[in-house]
Amino acid sequence: MATLNWYRYASPATFYPLAGRLIPWFAWSAAILAAVGLYVGLVVAPTDAQQGEAYRIIFIHVPTAWLSMFLYVVMACWSALAVGFNTRLSAMMAQAIAPTGALMTFVALWTGAFWGRPTWGTYWAWDARMTSELILLFLYLGVIALRNAIDDPRRADRACAVLSMVGVVNVPIIYYSVKWWNTLHQGSSISVTAAPKMAAIMLTGMLIMSFAAWFYSIAVVLVRVRTIMIDRERGAAWVVALDEVRAA
Amino acid sequence: MSAFFAMGGYGFYVWCSYVAMAIVFALEVRSLRSRRRAVIEEARLAVPEATSDLSGKTG
Repeated sequence: MATLNWYRYASPATFYPLAGRLIPWFAWSAAILAAVGLYVGLVVAPTDAQQGEAYRIIFIHVPTAWLSMFLYVVMACWSALAVGFNTRLSAMMAQAIAPTGALMTFVALWTGAFWGRPTWGTYWAWDARMTSELILLFLYLGVIALRNAIDDPRRADRACAVLSMVGVVNVPIIYYSVKWWNTLHQGSSISVTAAPKMAAIMLTGMLIMSFAAWFYSIAVVLVRVRTIMIDRERGAAWVVALDEVRAA
Repeated sequence: MSAFFAMGGYGFYVWCSYVAMAIVFALEVRSLRSRRRAVIEEARLAVPEATSDLSGKTG
């Protein structure tokens, strides 16, 4: 019987209050982690021997770049579920992730440019990693634009799901670009198979900021998916019965 | 304090990054808040009888 619970939460009517209870936890965790992470990154971590203080940009560049890729994969997974099982919640989750993913990608590109200028001497280069990350931004914007172009939400769900799943091929290209091509962007400083190539305190700051970015994304996506649920199911009995809708 | 903001001569690049990030996420939170308010307002105006067949649907 335990498996039935998953189907229970696959319904917007039951997921909506669950998400509402989870949001404050993720939001507060994100705020506290961001405060600690910024303190470690901007104050505690020592000056880098080669890059000086400019390296402090990586405390926000690396977490947002990771999130831009992770969120795309998560969006593609929800899309696959939406196509495979025709569930409304999966499609709504995919829809809710796209704007946050696009913003993470934008911040990763922006901070990368402002790190690249003092470090490499240029804001932008058509290097493999930067170009594939820019394509990621266009994919997110494409998914959002495609949805806005289709009036019927269920048709939009399917079209966006197909585009999301096709586009996921770009994520391993971004990830492995620094290995496959000899490019301007350096290889990763952190690997699951080798010791990190950076000081422990710098690594700590970056990991704290990464968790902050994760929790922020979860909180924001849950808020957005609740908005999408009310919007798409307005008039349904469960929406009409909500306290926030009934209160005049 | 001014040494902190100067960031060893890299202040422009460091603060352009951090401030841009703060603006982006603040705008996201603000737009979500106003969108939620607007959607709730629309839901109040919606006529329950017309679409009540949605209520039994799950999954």
